[in-house]
Amino acid sequence: MNPKTTALRVGLRRGAIELRSTFTNGQDLWNYFFPTVVLLVAVFFMRGATVPGTDFSLGARTLPSALGMGLLFGGLLGLAQQLVVDREDGTLLRAKAIPNGMLGYLVGKLVLVSSVAMIGLVIQLTPGMLFLDGLRLGDPGAWFTLAWVVPLGLVATLPLGAMIGSLIENPRNMGLVVLPVMGLIGISGIFYPITGLPDWLQGTAQVFPLYWLGLGMRSALLPADLAAVEIGESWRHLEMVAVLGAWAVLGLVLAPVLLRRMARRESGSRVAARREQAMQRVG
Amino acid sequence: MRYGTVDVLNGIDLTAQRGEVIALLGPNGAGKTTTIEILEGFRLPSAGSVRVLGVEPARGDERWRAQIGVVLQSWRDHGRWRVRDLLSHLGDYYAPYATDLIQRPWPVDDLLAAVGLTAHANARVSRLSGGQRRRLDVAVGIVGRPELLFLDEPTVGLDPAARREFHELVHRLADLDQTTILLTTHDLAEAEKLADLIVILANGRIIARGSPDQLSRRLTTDAEIRWTCDGQRHVHATMDATGFLRDLLRDHGDGVQELEVRRANLEDAYLALVHEEETGIRTGWADRVWQQQEETR
Repeated sequence: MNPKTTALRVGLRRGAIELRSTFTNGQDLWNYFFPTVVLLVAVFFMRGATVPGTDFSLGARTLPSALGMGLLFGGLLGLAQQLVVDREDGTLLRAKAIPNGMLGYLVGKLVLVSSVAMIGLVIQLTPGMLFLDGLRLGDPGAWFTLAWVVPLGLVATLPLGAMIGSLIENPRNMGLVVLPVMGLIGISGIFYPITGLPDWLQGTAQVFPLYWLGLGMRSALLPADLAAVEIGESWRHLEMVAVLGAWAVLGLVLAPVLLRRMARRESGSRVAARREQAMQRVG
Repeated sequence: MRYGTVDVLNGIDLTAQRGEVIALLGPNGAGKTTTIEILEGFRLPSAGSVRVLGVEPARGDERWRAQIGVVLQSWRDHGRWRVRDLLSHLGDYYAPYATDLIQRPWPVDDLLAAVGLTAHANARVSRLSGGQRRRLDVAVGIVGRPELLFLDEPTVGLDPAARREFHELVHRLADLDQTTILLTTHDLAEAEKLADLIVILANGRIIARGSPDQLSRRLTTDAEIRWTCDGQRHVHATMDATGFLRDLLRDHGDGVQELEVRRANLEDAYLALVHEEETGIRTGWADRVWQQQEETR
């Protein structure tokens, strides 16, 4: 048996074990369900309002956009967070001390993070269907679009998460990433259409993946005539593939370089030094 | 090896034979961990040549990695995993590296028994006590049946019983499985008990080396003789205590009272040696040790 193939298989199993463990952990479950509940409550109260210029429920428009945001949170922040934590407690160093351990580790992490993101999608969408009108879940076309938008979204965001996770050494600095993401949410049309925003803000938003993730999820789940209120009065699938694809390529080129750099620098004394720092934070 | 402009390791010259147990002994900050990290391939030496199993550690490939076991000073990883799941998972990576002679990985049940964790096989790693966690670390270090095992302060936090079991495990690995072991410790007694070769490090250089026997012969020192004679206290230091006493008793006979002969033990010798090296205050210890070392060559 080829060692790389073994490591891939072992990595898949690793992802499954970690998935099982995260869904039996109270703290993790709270972290998954609490934002879902907040989102659903918000969408519930928005269901009576309408998207400007239409009589379509604003709540029903917000839910798919928020699912797109969920992909960014799960793929980018989720993976970055995992890397930072695993580096601090020595999990990464352990992987480095084992033949092909890094490969197995990374495969396991990708399985874990993308499964969590997709499970999150389901637990947000399912209750939403019960009280929101207009989502076209019965339409096979919707599922077809989801089937390429979701993987594309993950391929665009996971490598970015890996890059950020390799660059940040101190868990405290995760805030440096979370803040800009929050800003991005404000200008990316997640909770309200951005066609009313100044052109330069619209332009800025369209450089980043978040706007396109929201648009992609809306294009899958909303009726076709809702495209009329988007920029260019279209779902702009071609542009979406181009922008998300560009981020994916950028990430896939740079992430391995940064991951290797991070792995090379790991050693016992670095882990110990980080532990020392963490103790000082607590004490 | 150098941090900034300070050389932290200097002229470390070390060769290990197969199945040999080498103890790197030294106080905190002596350079033990740095040495071991260079050998593990986790850290680049600024100069010098290092070969581990025939390969420069920083360039070691995965096959090389599979022949090496690493137990660092402290691990906190995989807290949510169960002991058995973790060992069986990490062992799977080694399966492709099994050879006709060495079956890899070590079967989990045997391994659990060998390190004394059978009763905790289904416990979560984060729930283990300090000593149990240390045994798990050792188990992970040997799950791939390494030919060369690095143990960085393996017995810190173990109670005396666990420490003895650990010593037996080290003997077993070295004698039965022909594992070469390099361990660090600051406990001289442990080094004496486990090692075929003891290397004493201080201030980043080797200040003495030898088998436990050689070292204790080399480090045994002047005896200190105290007595009173005619109400006056005397102290005399000599290598030849027996001869000195013979003369003393012949000359003064019954006048000699409260006679006391004290020979420094190996521990005293080691501490004095390290102290001298670290403070730079020469009391003659190190010179004598080196001199004797030259003579025995």
